[in-house]
Amino acid sequence: MDNVMGIINNNPQGISLKEITGHRSLASAPVFSRYRLIDFPLSNMVNSGISNVGILLESRFRSLLDHIGPGKPWGLDTKRDGLFLLPPAHIYDNSQLYKGDMENFYTNMDYLHRSRQEYVIVDYPFVICNIDYRDVFSYHLETGADITVVYKDLETLHRDSHYTTIMTDSEDRVVDMKINPDTRRNTRISLKKYVMKKDLLLEMIDETVSKGQWDFEKNGIASRLSQYDVRGYPFHDYVAIIGSLSEFYRRNMELLQPEIFSELLEEQGPIYTKPKDEAATQYTPSSRVKNVLAANGCHIAGKVENSVLFRGVKVGENTTIKNSIIMQKSQIKENVRLENVILDKNVRVSPDKELRGDSSFPLIVEKGSTI
Amino acid sequence: MSSKEVVTMLLAGGKGTRLGVLTKNIAKPAVPFGAEYRLIDFPLSNCMNSGLDTVGVLTQYEPLVLNSYIGNGSSWDLDSRDGGVTVLPPYLSDSGGRWYQGTADAVFQNIQYIDLYDPDYVLVLSGDHIYKMDYSLMIEEHKEKGAEASIAVREVPWEETYRFGVMITDEEDRIKDFQEKPDEARSNLASMGIYVFNWPLLRDYLEADAADPESDRDFGKNIIPTMLEDQRQLYTYQFSGYWKDVGTIKSYWQGHMDLLREEGKSLDLYDRDWVICSVNPNRPPQYVAETAEVSNSIINKGTRIRGSVKNSVLFYGSEVARNAVIKDSVLMPNVSVGEGVHINKAIIGQNSVIERDALIGSGEDEELEVTVIGEGERIEDGEEIEHGSAIGI
Repeated sequence: MDNVMGIINNNPQGISLKEITGHRSLASAPVFSRYRLIDFPLSNMVNSGISNVGILLESRFRSLLDHIGPGKPWGLDTKRDGLFLLPPAHIYDNSQLYKGDMENFYTNMDYLHRSRQEYVIVDYPFVICNIDYRDVFSYHLETGADITVVYKDLETLHRDSHYTTIMTDSEDRVVDMKINPDTRRNTRISLKKYVMKKDLLLEMIDETVSKGQWDFEKNGIASRLSQYDVRGYPFHDYVAIIGSLSEFYRRNMELLQPEIFSELLEEQGPIYTKPKDEAATQYTPSSRVKNVLAANGCHIAGKVENSVLFRGVKVGENTTIKNSIIMQKSQIKENVRLENVILDKNVRVSPDKELRGDSSFPLIVEKGSTI
Repeated sequence: MSSKEVVTMLLAGGKGTRLGVLTKNIAKPAVPFGAEYRLIDFPLSNCMNSGLDTVGVLTQYEPLVLNSYIGNGSSWDLDSRDGGVTVLPPYLSDSGGRWYQGTADAVFQNIQYIDLYDPDYVLVLSGDHIYKMDYSLMIEEHKEKGAEASIAVREVPWEETYRFGVMITDEEDRIKDFQEKPDEARSNLASMGIYVFNWPLLRDYLEADAADPESDRDFGKNIIPTMLEDQRQLYTYQFSGYWKDVGTIKSYWQGHMDLLREEGKSLDLYDRDWVICSVNPNRPPQYVAETAEVSNSIINKGTRIRGSVKNSVLFYGSEVARNAVIKDSVLMPNVSVGEGVHINKAIIGQNSVIERDALIGSGEDEELEVTVIGEGERIEDGEEIEHGSAIGI
């Protein structure tokens, strides 16, 4: 895999997760008790032996930079290759409007030219899975395809999420590809992992940009299926597409199922994240906890059921939390009732409050709020 | 090499004989503590939080785990451009080589290392106590008093003085006399084994001590008494926070139980202004299942709890199956506990497997002694281990 580099494309593709991404990029959205979305593509890449990773930044990337730093948790703080943070075009010229992710590729063509690898994998952070790219890459070499796209057949597509659907022929050749089509009939979806030669990517950038086309998936791939030999690589393990708030809620809750937990976090390569030097989680004599995932640094004195707690959460005495997601450092005082609620980071809930959402429509409380 | 005001020498070569099976394969400072840490994390984190960035770690006994744990010191911000952490095992030189004969000899053999930084002061620490202390305050007081050597002390109950070296001081905290483990103590100010020395002075004393064939090469037994005889300016520095020597099985177990007491009675590990750092093991979050009961416990990531855990401390990566009951115990990393197992007042070593229905720590509740299972042991189906046993010697 020394000959493959990774590009993480942070194009949010119109995903509406604004409740969580209002102040941060989609890639740094907290997920699964102790991770951020970007941890998954980054860990998958380093676990597969990729040592050169470029991250195409979009807007609001402060929290993303803070999380990634020089890439040390992923072993990417190296002299040879390593991690490259690639700023978007519009910060160089603020008279320009953002046109699309191809513009970000275009702005950073130097990086692509300069990299010594011959192949590239383009990935998106909001499609989460634990995948070994080595298998995808050998399949790519075997078939001799121009582009290989990883896909999965889902059981149902949710109305409010975002999907790229594909159709393949008997030889796994991609014959049709639609980015977020309105109909939800075709459930074969692209996992937005694209393998190709770097030269082909460079050619694609040149061809689209010079014609005023700015979308990597739509203009670069979907509309060139007759020009390039695009093949599908089927993936069978667990996948979470964090394409909407209800998907975000559902997927986090789903991790409470031990089989899904193992499939995503234990059976394949480890998922790395930024370490925080938190002490272990403390349960007081009055705590009652059932079916809960918790990160470190929590202090739990109340009752917590079917919930996901991030780092440093405090739960007061006589408080009951059910079916909820509580993000980093939120504090819930005594005698509080929470049900079907998402609390973003640093939310404080004063004593005796009651917050209730619906299981299909969780109540979300913005970062830093006090209730 | 740019010069440093203070160089810290951390004594980490001890075997920790009294910890028995817990130090069979590792040096005492590498013994896990507090669900997330190893003992050496406490002095190293104190250095970081005190702004001390040049630390020599003196290793000797079973150094492999300790060396790889310390690494380049980045976990404690000690991978700095100037200084940082340097692991100092005994070495061969032109004049031969030998093991460290004692605490003073370990520092004596590394005079060259200290001289590299040409410091004004040398701080000497040991790597096996649990406490949070701002060493910069001690160094500040050392300077203010015009001391040549300062010894950190804390008040202990009079009935415990026989276990310590105690300092007899005047109103200005100047040390007048010194008693080592006295039967009739004249003071209850016990030495904590933390010293600040003016480096040029200590250098002379170390050299003189090395030339004395009668010496035990020990700070407490030789260097300090000789300085007192010579009427050097020796002062105490009083410390009043939580401090625990976890050098015996019982005190190691008690140190963990202290963590489970109400706030304020033990070490606050959750204080963001004085963070204790460690080499974070990367593990998924902890999972507490529907069938679990967890109370008054500290549990680290990567664990799966399906049974009952009470008054216990669990390190990372352990699994507790259904109907297992863990009480008043410490589970070190990656312990597997089978269904129906009962563990009572025990310390279970890393990677040990306790098979189903085993009973560890059997006996009458009131007088249970701590039971210890060593590293990588397997306790078979239904086996019963009597309280106070140590398995794996």
